[in-house]
Amino acid sequence: MSTAFLSKDVVAPDVADVVVHDEPRVYAARHPGRWVATAIVAVLVAMIVSSLLTNTKWEWGIVWQYLTWPSVLSGLWGTIRLTATAALIGFGLGTVLALMRLSRSPLLRSVAWGYTWIFRSVPLILQLLLWYNLAYLYPQLSVGIPFGPSFASFDTLSIIGKFGAAVLGLGLSQAAYASEIVRAGIIGVDQGQHEAAAALGLPRGRQQRRIILPQAMRTIVPTAVNEIIGLVKGTSVVYVLAYGELFYIVGVIYGRNLRVVPLLIVAGIWYLVLTTVLTVIQYYLERHYAKGALRQLPPTPIQKARWGVGVAWSRVSGRPLPKDLPPGYGRNVSVLVRSTLIQRQGEI
Amino acid sequence: MAAGLVEVRGVHKAYGTLEVLDGIDLTVQPGDVTVVIGPSGSGKSTLLRVINHLEKVDRGLISVDGDLIGYRRRTDGALQELKEKDVLAQRTRIGFVFQNFNLFPHLTALENVIEAPISAQGRPRAEVEVEGRALLERVGLSDKADAYPRQLSGGQQQRVAIARALAVKPAVVLFDEPTSALDPELVGEVLDVIRDLAATGTTLVVVTHEIGFAREVATTVVFMDSGRIVEQGPPAQVLDAPQHARTKAFLDKVL
Repeated sequence: MSTAFLSKDVVAPDVADVVVHDEPRVYAARHPGRWVATAIVAVLVAMIVSSLLTNTKWEWGIVWQYLTWPSVLSGLWGTIRLTATAALIGFGLGTVLALMRLSRSPLLRSVAWGYTWIFRSVPLILQLLLWYNLAYLYPQLSVGIPFGPSFASFDTLSIIGKFGAAVLGLGLSQAAYASEIVRAGIIGVDQGQHEAAAALGLPRGRQQRRIILPQAMRTIVPTAVNEIIGLVKGTSVVYVLAYGELFYIVGVIYGRNLRVVPLLIVAGIWYLVLTTVLTVIQYYLERHYAKGALRQLPPTPIQKARWGVGVAWSRVSGRPLPKDLPPGYGRNVSVLVRSTLIQRQGEI
Repeated sequence: MAAGLVEVRGVHKAYGTLEVLDGIDLTVQPGDVTVVIGPSGSGKSTLLRVINHLEKVDRGLISVDGDLIGYRRRTDGALQELKEKDVLAQRTRIGFVFQNFNLFPHLTALENVIEAPISAQGRPRAEVEVEGRALLERVGLSDKADAYPRQLSGGQQQRVAIARALAVKPAVVLFDEPTSALDPELVGEVLDVIRDLAATGTTLVVVTHEIGFAREVATTVVFMDSGRIVEQGPPAQVLDAPQHARTKAFLDKVL
């Protein structure tokens, strides 16, 4: 290889779209096994799709008709409301419980431990029914001085209806799991961070909020979203209270019209949509909390799509690549070769 | 009068049965640079950590500019342990630079520097930011204010950490092996910053293995072994004409 080949004008690094000539051709490696596996999977997928389309018992027309049925949408709203409220209670209380578990007070530690122990041990459905029957145990709830006079009292039934019981049951049991997730996140943060925050004299609350929790979020977010996705589907258990969430509503509808499978599909599609939305939120949350943890943040799917279109358009039209393209993106093989040449030149 | 008088009196500290500090008496005069040397496990780092109360002592007293650290003298002469809030307030008078930098990775260099003045001292952000940028310039990193720690080299990170420790205007700055986690070629830039700091008359206590640095910058060199101070004095005396066999043996190994 002559040194002229490696001269500066050949490896000018600024123009990714200039074709460099006297470079060796590069052939991709062959992967016959991969082709066979791909073919098998493709056939299986085709079989599934075809059966979904050809088997008339799926009744896609009915599915489509009920997908946006007003009562189904109200059930969907019920599910969203339950999930959001229970997640708020769960993670709010869970964070408090986690901080209690990590506190220096033995009483706080044991109370938090006891809470987690009880609420993780008792099945959710049992808790829901218990909360719904709270009025049997305590017909009146009152606000006042402990063991002293009360200022106001209310009928338990008027406060804790179906929604209240459902939210309490879901939220309180979620808090038990959430507290462990938050605690794992906090103890996962390097001890040096706790020490540095303490050595700087930052107030204790500030140490947690500003220094520890944002770092803990990196481990908390994936598991927490996992839990919330579990919660979305967990709300379906609330049908035992006959609360109008998605699963209960479709049950009521197919109880009347006997189109059981299409209506289950309707509910399934909506659960899929909710989960997808949460997954997207998770992606952006993770990206947000990766700030500083990665040297360079990964591109968002939207950026990737925009860049992909830009690269494709420049190949078709022969126009230069978009300016904001990050280095190394949309590289074709010849550019790849050139970049290794640049490296080699650096070595020489 | 320059601030930063550190007095350590009869300090004992044990982890289990291991006496890490076994009766330490040390006075650091304001404006002095005290360099603590000694073999690993001799208690050097623990000494620094008890000075800013990251660790509690088992016995003995420590004071900075006459104020007891971690305790308050009651009218009956007994000691009252301070609340965490008051201990945290005391720490703003004692800067601490860690071996592993311990910068906050999710905050930029500037945010790392201005965090304590804002949230621990309650000073206005605008004013603190100006000072923070000046501090970063002083450690030679004015162009890195918006960089995250992981985007910086080890030497740069440690210099940010020094700027962070200085931002609260401490009376004394403690350095716990500030160059031990650095690649050899990066040690110099950090030592330069500490050297400049020493020249401005800030009280410094530096635990280090850099004997050359000790000889050049220290007012007092303290040699520790097995939780005790074996000997201390000006560098010419301790490093070049050690009185004790243990000091001699240690210096023979590291020089």
